[in-house]
Amino acid sequence: MRALRKVYKGSGKAKRGGSGQSARFGPPGMSAPPVGDVVALESLDLDIHAGEFFGLLGPNGAGKTTAIGILTTRVLPTSGTAIVAGADVVRQSVRVRQTIGVVPQRPNADLSLNVLENLQFHAAYFGIPFDVASKRAFELLERLGLSDKTNSKMAEMSGGQQQRLMIVRALMHEPDIIFLDEPTVGLDPQARLDLWEILRDLHRRGRTIVMTTHYMDEADRLCDRLAIIDRGKLLALDTPRTLKSRAPGGTLIELVLDGDAAPAAKVAEAIDGVSHVEANNGLLRVQSSRGGQTLPALIEAAENSGRTVTDIHLLQPSLETLFVSLTGRKLG
Amino acid sequence: MIAAPRAHVRASSIFFALLRRDMRVARRELPFFLLRTTLQPLMFVIVFGYLLPRMGFMGRGYTTALLPGVLAISLTFSSIQSVALPMVQDFGWTKEIEDRLLAPLPIVLVAAEKIVAGVLQGIVSALFVLPVARLIMGPIPDLTFAHFGDVLLITILGAAAFSSLGLFLGTAIQPQQIGLMFGVILAPMIFFGCAYYPWQGLSAVPIMKYAVLINPLVYVAEGMRASLTPTAPHMPLTVVVVALIVVTAIFWMLGRRSFLKRAVG
Repeated sequence: MRALRKVYKGSGKAKRGGSGQSARFGPPGMSAPPVGDVVALESLDLDIHAGEFFGLLGPNGAGKTTAIGILTTRVLPTSGTAIVAGADVVRQSVRVRQTIGVVPQRPNADLSLNVLENLQFHAAYFGIPFDVASKRAFELLERLGLSDKTNSKMAEMSGGQQQRLMIVRALMHEPDIIFLDEPTVGLDPQARLDLWEILRDLHRRGRTIVMTTHYMDEADRLCDRLAIIDRGKLLALDTPRTLKSRAPGGTLIELVLDGDAAPAAKVAEAIDGVSHVEANNGLLRVQSSRGGQTLPALIEAAENSGRTVTDIHLLQPSLETLFVSLTGRKLG
Repeated sequence: MIAAPRAHVRASSIFFALLRRDMRVARRELPFFLLRTTLQPLMFVIVFGYLLPRMGFMGRGYTTALLPGVLAISLTFSSIQSVALPMVQDFGWTKEIEDRLLAPLPIVLVAAEKIVAGVLQGIVSALFVLPVARLIMGPIPDLTFAHFGDVLLITILGAAAFSSLGLFLGTAIQPQQIGLMFGVILAPMIFFGCAYYPWQGLSAVPIMKYAVLINPLVYVAEGMRASLTPTAPHMPLTVVVVALIVVTAIFWMLGRRSFLKRAVG
């Protein structure tokens, strides 16, 4: 991905310029968008290597789904280029689609067909004959624990089963690269762990996997490398281990106050062990090398400024604390 | 990333896979499909082609004007519905079509396949209504099957025009306004589409005679009259064929544009 930018035109301005298209190639300019437009991606540069398990981590609205949409040829970038498996996503979209498998955020199986038919027809859309497809479908359904669902309709399957079916479907045409958009949202904990195991297995078999998620633990445990993005911008890119080591030292302490936290923040700066203080309306955020030992002094500072503490959070150094320090807000 | 060379899959083979999928679903839903698209015109046949003539309110010759019109309604509305309804549903909430949009063929062919499927369903519905209507109405003066080629041509062109209109409406209309499509667009189209009366008859109200020419159903109904009951009054077949080609081209261009807008963000 090079200088990838995507602007969704505001609804009131959709007809402006007379093109009628919501997205177009244009000169790569970083001028401020007109009011009402939403910048989903702002000049994103990324290289994902073959065979890698790559994670795009960010809160809702960070631009993850737009990035996946562009890479899977479903969304046109406003400017910039993206190359997938040697093919340009805009000019050679058919070639790109040939090499990728996509697992959507929400299961979108063909509701008029049963499980096996869904897989047979998906394969047929890639030129694979029905008999070859059936054999492959049975193998994959077996591997993903769906072999008893061959003739089921979607209405007879749980959310987790449908999500696994989406993975089976994405594998039917043996793609080199698999894109998954928040694959574990809405799954119960066991289904989520099962899915992790399936993804690890695919990765071991040499597939390139690109996954978006807003779950820290998921990104941490599965991915070789992670890109943290927020508001369309790349904030950090590295292995989970390196990223965690970059997390600001000490414990992140958050105090929720019943009013403006700014006066308390001033006092907190002088407390022993405190390295960074931030006030955001009623939220007092403090970085401390002394962990929970700082708490009494912080509470005292808050109360002396005439506020009451209504809630307290402590976060150990992690991707989460790195994320908070990068963006000033929490994930999810 | 991996740049492994892959065997290129021919777009035509994917196109036929898409068509095969639609045909399998259509075959499975055939009874509901026929019920949905032919019940209304057939009830009209019962009232105006059977009951009223027997009560003496209608001249027996009316069935000559009615049969081609009923055929036109059945085939056009099955075509429009078989394209528009899945489009509204697929793009609106189920997102089922996404799997097909990720197939390695130019996306515009996914839209073109829908038109072909719509034409085939229009033909099926015409083939079903013709004998049933003929059975209900009894012998129809001036009816001939001598120009079967023309009947087929009008059926295909009419179905293509309305499948394209279905593509446009199905992708341009918001899902919550689908009811409006039937009430505000399709119902006036039926009543002012010269299906229940021949276009020549509108000479009695000249302003109507020219106003209805914007309604594509007029050309399908008149084309059916020209080929099924050629001795009764009708528009010249050449005019009908040219009009239907123009209408198909316009709706295809509009439908294609609005489909691509929905398919690629």
